[in-house]
Formats: sequence, structure tokens, C-alpha cells
Amino acid sequence: MTTTPTSGAASPPRIADAAMLPSGAETAATSRRRRTRGGAYWQAAPMALVFLLFFVLPLVVVLVVSFWQYNSYSITPAFVFDNYAGVFDGCLASLPSLCTTFATYLSTIKFCLLVWATTLVLGFTIAYFLAFHIRTTTMQIVLALVCIIPFWTSNVIRMISWIPLLGRNGLINQILVGSGLVDHPVEWLLYSDFAVTLAFVHLLTAFMLVPILNSMMRIDRSLIEAARDAGASGAQVLWNVVIPLSKTGITIGSIFVVTLVMGDFITIGVMGGQQIASVGKVINVQTSYLQFPLAAANAVVLLIATLGIIFTLTRFIDIRKEL
Amino acid sequence: MTAEKRPRSFYVLAAIFTLFVLFLYGPVITILILSFQGPQGGLTFPMNGFSFHWFAQLFQGAGLVDISIGLWNSLKLGLIVMVLTVVFSVMAGLAFRRRFTGSSLLFYTAIASLIMPSIIVSLGIALEFHIVDDTVMGIADAYEVDWLYDNYQTATGLFTSGLGAHLSWTLPFGLLIMFAVFNRFDKSYEEAARDLGATSWQTIRHVVLPIIAPSVAGVALFGFTLSWDELARSSQAMGAANTLPIQLQALTTTVTTPMIYALGTVTTAISLVVIAVSLTTFFVLQKRRQRRALKG
Repeated sequence: MTTTPTSGAASPPRIADAAMLPSGAETAATSRRRRTRGGAYWQAAPMALVFLLFFVLPLVVVLVVSFWQYNSYSITPAFVFDNYAGVFDGCLASLPSLCTTFATYLSTIKFCLLVWATTLVLGFTIAYFLAFHIRTTTMQIVLALVCIIPFWTSNVIRMISWIPLLGRNGLINQILVGSGLVDHPVEWLLYSDFAVTLAFVHLLTAFMLVPILNSMMRIDRSLIEAARDAGASGAQVLWNVVIPLSKTGITIGSIFVVTLVMGDFITIGVMGGQQIASVGKVINVQTSYLQFPLAAANAVVLLIATLGIIFTLTRFIDIRKEL
Repeated sequence: MTAEKRPRSFYVLAAIFTLFVLFLYGPVITILILSFQGPQGGLTFPMNGFSFHWFAQLFQGAGLVDISIGLWNSLKLGLIVMVLTVVFSVMAGLAFRRRFTGSSLLFYTAIASLIMPSIIVSLGIALEFHIVDDTVMGIADAYEVDWLYDNYQTATGLFTSGLGAHLSWTLPFGLLIMFAVFNRFDKSYEEAARDLGATSWQTIRHVVLPIIAPSVAGVALFGFTLSWDELARSSQAMGAANTLPIQLQALTTTVTTPMIYALGTVTTAISLVVIAVSLTTFFVLQKRRQRRALKG
């Protein structure tokens, strides 16, 4: 693949399958190339337009509006930091005890780490099983589909479906009480931190599993045999060959899980019985009260926090390579 | 297959895998069973008889929100999102086979849209349309365009802001699938077609599209199901319109009968039908392609 000196843009994307951007027909005549390149713009235009109107512009609007003023009726253009002051109201004064915003972020980050660690271990284990223990491609595809199909069904339904199992009179409590293990039904199974974490793991493991599986399927099997021949134990092969070569998948999966948990207000709402705070929920509530600039300031802070965590995570994963 | 003995780790991992599958499907199967509760039955086991009572309640509306509105909205929106996701993704996939200025920018924008917390995108779209509304009203007021001032309400809606919100979520998936497809694509077929005198449209129509057809079914699957279940990005961007997931989420706090399970069963059934149709299409097209390739 030749590198054409186009624009000053970054090096070609290295994420997942996009590792190679197929380059143009170098052999074609210049006029033809110019024509097909015009074709490329035309072909990419609809998607570019959608992202411009419904992703880039909205983000710009959020940033701009976070500096606006508002009252109960309307929002007015301005350049004030009132909304950011509102987000962190009393946070410094009340230290060392946490203000609402800090407490909310702490709670969301706690879920983030718990869910990230669990989905990583679970997703990695399942992907490893599918990639290295299942022998036929057909079986690999079938079993991978079994893991992915729930991802294509409704998240809210998948949350609700825990009620008959975890509820006060749910199946698990019936079994626990029936077997005499506990005297009274366990209350913390549903509408609790536990329920939220469980539901997140239930919903998000696929986001970890698929990228890791994708990385593992690309590992050259002869590398593993070479390691074995050189006397590496199973654990050594796993730690020194499989994990480093699955790094891309692990990073992509981690980014998915972290951003999905950080911005969540639905899972925490439904599984927490609307009692647990989350940053997403704060934004949701403020929007419903038409406090748009305040919600926008919260969204900007959330975005910075999320990017910070992703950055830390990818650094953390990178360190392995340096050791 | 060789009768090579499985290592012990295989059985441990197989057990973990089985438990994981049980964990994935167990709860959904539970509500599927409970949606056939008898009329006196509750939200949990035991089953109090077997009936279609809650399904009947569901379709009568039972004095609650009218589910059919959300169902119909979600179906319409899902189909439109599916078609647009397929068309836009295939077109962009074709474009990305050549290097063009801004291709990296577009790619990274798609990735950013994929991993951006949905509440932020949703809020942004809501604000964007809010500003459009204010601007239109401001202009109507300033230039005294009475008919506009009297009739204009909002640009926000199912097929404007709602559609855009869904596309910002489905298109990155579509684009990634197309990347995977075209990275494995053998360009010599196309060159052969061109050498035989095919125009670029003929090459796409008779050579490229038939080869990528199975994956297009995959893009369609993602397009519909992701839209059908979408909630986070819809939350602020739908305006007055309701989609099925929005109504469902509202119902979780108000409904205390197995009717909500019946609704869950119906929603999941529609998802499963779409998944089955798409996967069958994928495998049939794939098989036909392989058969033809062998013959040729």
C-alpha cells in the first residue's frame, strides 16, 4: 500500500478493520482518477452530511450553549461561566465531604470500574474459548452468534427480565427462603448497586467480547505453537502471547464499556429503582426542566471526564508493552 | 476431525461458556414464560394458570398508554433507518476504497459518534432544533410572516431530529461492517469487469453489489434492530413523538402487572423475526455466492 501525500491529516486509521484504507487506482489515467475521486466525494457525502448535522453540530451547540444564560422561559446567548459554577456549586467549600456533583461522579466511576473489570474478564474468557478451543469455523460462528443475538434485542426488556428473578418475591428469594438459607427475602438483589452492576454486565459483555474475539481470530496460530515448542506453559502463552496480541480488542471493548456506563441514565434508573444518581440522569432531569445551558455544562464536564478515563485506560494498557 | 484429546481447560471454559449463555438468555426466557400468566397471576412465579389474558390486555390498551402508537412509530422509523443505513453505508464503503481528502476525518468522526455518550448527542440534537425553532420564530416575527408565525410549531420530530439521532448511532456500525467487507474484497473481479468494458455503474451493479450482498443484509440487521431498541439517543431528540422503547421505559415505573412482560415478549419476538430473516438472507446469499464461485 503506497502512502499518498494527501492533506496534513493523521496517519491512516488503525482501529479494527480499518487498518488499511484501500488506496486508489494508481494505474489509471489522471483524468480518470480525478473523475473517480469526485465520485468518492459524492458517495461519502450523505454519511458526512448526517454526521455533520446530527453529531458535529450538536456537539458544537452543546459547547456554545453551556456558556449561555437561561431563565424559566428561554435561553439567551451570552458568554458566562455561571453554568459551570452551578455544576460545581459548593464543591470546594464543602471539602473534604463531597458535594452532589463529586458524589455523583464518584458513584458513576465506581460502576464504571466494576463493570469494566467484570466484562473484561468475562468477555476475554468467552472470546478465548471461542477462538482457541472451538475447532470448526461453523461452530465458532454459531456460538458467537448465540452470544451476540441478545445485543440485537431490547435493552429495557432485558433489564425488566431481571424482576421475576431478583425481586422481593422473585425466584432467587423463593429458593433462598425455601431452602432455609435466609429467614427473610434478601432486599438488596433488586433496585440496588448490585442490580445495576449485574444489568450492565448482562448488557455490555457483548461490546467487550466481539472486539476481543476479532483480535484473537487474527492471531497467527503458529506463534502459539512456537511458544509451546520453546517450552512456555499455558499461563505463559496466555500472558506473553495471547494477551499482548489481543490488546487492540481489549482497548476497543474497554472504550465501549466505559463510555456506555459513564453516559448511562437508563440502566441506573430502571435497575436502581430511580434512587441512584448518575451524571446522565442529572442531564436528563435538567433538560426536562428546560435548564438547557446547565445541562450542556454538565454534558461538557461529562465528556471531559469520559475522555480522561479512556485516556488513562489506554495508557494503562500501553504500559504492558513497555515492561 | 481428529480425535485429539481435549485438555482439561476446555471443560472448565465450556462450563463457563454454558453458564454465560444461561445468564444471557435465562432472564428473557423467564419473562417469556410469565407473559402467559393467568389473569390472577402476578409479576413473579408461581404461574397462576396459563392464558393469553395479558396479550389481550396489551392490545386493548387497558386504559394505559396506547402502545400501538409507539409500536407503529418504531416500526416506521426502524424501516427508514434501515434503508438509509444500508444506502449510506454502502456508498461510503465504496468511497473509502479510494483515498480522498477528509477520509480520515470522516472515519474518526464516525468512530467518535459511536463512542460518544448518547445523552450528550441527544441533548445536542435537542438544543440544535430548539435553536432552529427560535430562529424561525424570530425571523417570522421580525419580517411579520404571519402564516409562519401562526402555524409553525417545531422542527423537532420523529423523522427529523429522531431520524438523525438514530442514524448517528447506526451509521458507524454500517461503516465498520463495510470496512471489514472491502478489506477482504478481491479487486481483480472489478478490474476484469472494467477490462471487459463495463462502465463504473455496471461494475458496481453487476460485480461489486452481488459480491457484498450478504454483508448488506448484515448492515440492514444492525440498522433496524439498533433503531428498534434505541432509547438513549432518542430520549431528548424525539420531541412529542413516542417510540416503543420510550413508552416501555415509562411503563417500568407504572405498570405492575404481567402486561409489561407480554409487551416484552411481543417486542422481543419482532426483534427475533428480523434477526432470523437477516441471518437467513446472509447465509443463503453467502452459500449461493460460494456455489457460483466454485462453478465458475
